[in-house]
Amino acid sequence: MRKNKNIIAYCHIKDNTISVNGSTLLTKKSQLSFAEFSKQVYKEKTIAYPKFFKMDNLSKLAFLASEVLLENISSKDKENMAIVLSNKSSSLDTDKKHQDAINDKENYFPSPAVFVYTLPNIAIGEISIRHQIKGENAFFVSNTFNEKLISQYASTLIQNEKSTHILCGWVDFDDDKYHAFMYLVAEDGDHKYSQEFIKKIYNEN
Amino acid sequence: MNALKKELKESIIEQLNLEDFNVEDIEDNDVLFGDGLGLDSIDALELIVMLDKDYGIKLTDPQEGKAIFASIEVLATYIAEHRTK
Repeated sequence: MRKNKNIIAYCHIKDNTISVNGSTLLTKKSQLSFAEFSKQVYKEKTIAYPKFFKMDNLSKLAFLASEVLLENISSKDKENMAIVLSNKSSSLDTDKKHQDAINDKENYFPSPAVFVYTLPNIAIGEISIRHQIKGENAFFVSNTFNEKLISQYASTLIQNEKSTHILCGWVDFDDDKYHAFMYLVAEDGDHKYSQEFIKKIYNEN
Repeated sequence: MNALKKELKESIIEQLNLEDFNVEDIEDNDVLFGDGLGLDSIDALELIVMLDKDYGIKLTDPQEGKAIFASIEVLATYIAEHRTK
């Protein structure tokens, strides 16, 4: 039997603004760096998760978007949740920091804390640790957001009863330019699930 | 020795991104790992790099590191005795 799919909620983080379901949740001064913006959001939302400050920018971005979408989701629904994310820049922002630390052979001190973030799917790991999520996950790298690929992947996971909830989207960060677009798919939800709708809300930012 | 301890506390806070801590929050005999500052295995590696970069001390035995990183007091004593820069 074909299972229903809907979108519970979606969010964008871009240009120092967080929006949920098309409405602005919070916005900060445009001249703030992402580091300053993310710190203000962390404190304003009283997240209380010190490991946040050890994450790289990509993980911080993905983490904040997931905090917004998962705050009202039960532990039971989170446990088997799948996460399917994508971006253009992979972990390039952190890769460059690592490269800078190893360029000079006379001053060769690579940072283990930077190195561990030189893969984009670490962002999924950070979300999973925070919310005790143990479902399947995948991270795709492509030039533009591929709503067809992500929606087909999510549909397969739900249809095959691998997961009842799928956290999907696009989380891209490079050189202080960033955009997170995440949406939560489940059988029940307020928004109709279709590739057209996902494309429409992706372009809402 | 007090200046070295203060320097170590500042370095640890900055390099390990301990956003919620100030120098005054860390006592010389506080346990750094486990229930103390809550540092983890990546932090331990970061401290080993810091010893090499800032004080010219190369640690090769992980068990040695476990003892040296017990507290600021122990770490400062070890650095004072072994530093090459």
